[in-house]
Amino acid sequence: MRRARGLLAALAAAWLLGAAPAPVALDALLSEAPAASLDAYRLFRDAGGLEPNAGVTPYALNTPLFSDYAEKRRFVFVPPGARVGYRQSGAFDFPVGSVLVKTFAYPADLRRPAEKIRLVETRLLIRKREGWTALAYVWNAEQNRAVLKRAGARLSIEATDRHGAPLTIDYAVPNANQCKECHSLDGELSPIGPKARNLNGDFAYPEGAENQLAHWRRIGLLEGAPDASSAPRTARWDDETEPLAARARAYLDANCGHCHNPAGIAGNSGLFLNLEEDRPSALGFGKRPVAAGRGSGGLEVSIAPGLPDQSILVHRMASNEPGVMMPELGRSLVDEDGLALIRAYVSSLPRADR
Amino acid sequence: MKRLALAAAALALAGQAAEAKTLKVSPGDDAQEQLQTALLDAKPGDVVRLAPGRYVLVDGLSLDVDDVTVRGAGPDKTVLSFAGQKGAGEGLLITSDRVTVRDLAVEDTRGDGIKAKGSDQISFLNLRVEWTGGPNEKNGAYGVYPVSSTNVLIDKVTVRGASDAGIYVGQSRNIVLKNSTAEFNVAGIEIENSMNADVFDNLATRNAGGILIFDLPGLPQMGGHSTRVFRNKVVQNDTPNFAPKGNIVAGVPTGTGVMVMANRDVHVFENEIAENQSAAIMLVAYTQAFDDANYNPLPREIVVRDNVIGRNGWAPQFPGGAELAQMTGGVLPPVMWDGVTVDPRSGETPAGAGKVMLSNGPVLNLNLPAAGAMDRARPSVTPTLGAETLPEPAAVVLPPAQAALGS
Repeated sequence: MRRARGLLAALAAAWLLGAAPAPVALDALLSEAPAASLDAYRLFRDAGGLEPNAGVTPYALNTPLFSDYAEKRRFVFVPPGARVGYRQSGAFDFPVGSVLVKTFAYPADLRRPAEKIRLVETRLLIRKREGWTALAYVWNAEQNRAVLKRAGARLSIEATDRHGAPLTIDYAVPNANQCKECHSLDGELSPIGPKARNLNGDFAYPEGAENQLAHWRRIGLLEGAPDASSAPRTARWDDETEPLAARARAYLDANCGHCHNPAGIAGNSGLFLNLEEDRPSALGFGKRPVAAGRGSGGLEVSIAPGLPDQSILVHRMASNEPGVMMPELGRSLVDEDGLALIRAYVSSLPRADR
Repeated sequence: MKRLALAAAALALAGQAAEAKTLKVSPGDDAQEQLQTALLDAKPGDVVRLAPGRYVLVDGLSLDVDDVTVRGAGPDKTVLSFAGQKGAGEGLLITSDRVTVRDLAVEDTRGDGIKAKGSDQISFLNLRVEWTGGPNEKNGAYGVYPVSSTNVLIDKVTVRGASDAGIYVGQSRNIVLKNSTAEFNVAGIEIENSMNADVFDNLATRNAGGILIFDLPGLPQMGGHSTRVFRNKVVQNDTPNFAPKGNIVAGVPTGTGVMVMANRDVHVFENEIAENQSAAIMLVAYTQAFDDANYNPLPREIVVRDNVIGRNGWAPQFPGGAELAQMTGGVLPPVMWDGVTVDPRSGETPAGAGKVMLSNGPVLNLNLPAAGAMDRARPSVTPTLGAETLPEPAAVVLPPAQAALGS
């Protein structure tokens, strides 16, 4: 009898667990030593990292960084009871214990982004008491476990490219310092994506589409936010109904502005491509290179208005050669669509000599 | 009580020292991960020690921990080869303070060799950075590249093959660069947009230009000043300029000894300057258009004295150079100043413009009405030029612990 009761209790516990899995492991997130594998944080309900746990909210950016055509799935977690502080500019103020989750994945065929997906890595930005920490977890072939890779790695990804040809991507998992190279503001690790302006757009939640700022506020994730209509908004780089200049500036902000801003690691270049910049020479118009070396490609200025073929910025976007290509990290392929957008933008600018 | 506190502090210090450890790395198939992991695991006070051998690396390395020494077994024994590099803008990137890199070589990086960004007390000692295929415009820009840093020590460093400057210090303060060799680069040594630099006892040879002291517009730190260039050997800089166009050094004439552009308070003395076909010493204004209210494009408060000057300037490689040489007896005088004293924005002569003390002549003054206007030169040659008394900048003093690292 007693044994039967024990069995029943165990069954009940198992059933309860099935209904409500253990919550996100805040202690693991805040532990000084990073977990050896991703599952320790319990950010996902399943071993395959597909179903977010309770309190883990998916989000997307209006204009993201190009990462060799990887599909990116983003999630945010904030400890129960805590809230994200709204900021009009810059990344939001995340409370201690928050984590930003980004999983990089490839479909077998880039033309069918929702099918036969293989997860490559999941990156975490964890807000600890002393600041942010960046970690990268690489998924195994069985897709049931992701393990910590601190020193970075090169992975060979096979896929079919957008033209139907076989493609091998020399995918780079960043090391912890490389995470910081991009995620650095005045030398401190800092999130890039979750800014009011880049979150100010709709997301297709399971219960229906909703503006992300409104959703975050409604579910108690965000405090101090105005109505989405009075918050700033980054254009969608791939939405052709938006003005060309706004799309191009959004693209440059997301793909270059994290380093090329006054507080970023490329601050010494004097080339600032963040959306807040408005001085033409700092934006590269007629600006001569400083430390570009062979990256200049024999061209004289970063942006020659009206002349994309005379613009170093276009040249470096069109290269996939280390030492020439920009961004320096995060890609091995050329973003053909992004390049076409920036070429169109530079072409549209009035030439200086006319 | 006070004594107790002192004793505790001493204990704490001793404890810290005792904890400092050496992380050993050796060459092998997993060199990339092993070395990068050591650079991540290092704690302040630690030494990352690289055993002799050849390290084949495929990605850039980086260090972001303060108070770390990265040490090899010697620049010909511990060699980091980046010939197969697939990513990153440099071989090794340092973004932390009080870091020393010493006794190793970095070869064939796709971009820059060793870069330090925003570092305080950064020391490069007994290093070799080289592009082993010789001068080529496809080589990386800079060999040793501290930027936006303070207290920079470069001692016994050799750089070969950089497509911009072999040893380049940019937007930094308090710099000691000595006992180093720069050869077969476009520029041997370049100090740019920096304050307080002592450049001495170096050899700059077989570059297109030997030593450059520049200031450029449009950068976060401008107004470079207070540099002493002394006791260097700047000889036979004869490698044709192979810089990719667009870069400022692409405009440096092949066979330039020392060039000062748009900088202030630069003293060039007791150097040996010979066998540079364009000119021994050139003082010039910034020639390109610029849009920066805070930039001063003129060289000013420049002193040239007591250099040992051999044969130079017999075949100047700049527009109008051959004609000028003809006018001055076939060979340019050892010191050439473009003579520009007018700010192109205001059309006026700013305070300090034209303040020079060039006693190591003869001096050729081109008297250009504007930067680069060679067609309107009114050359004049005088035994010396300027009688200003221009005090020498004080010697650069590094923090004692860092200064003690040097030879």
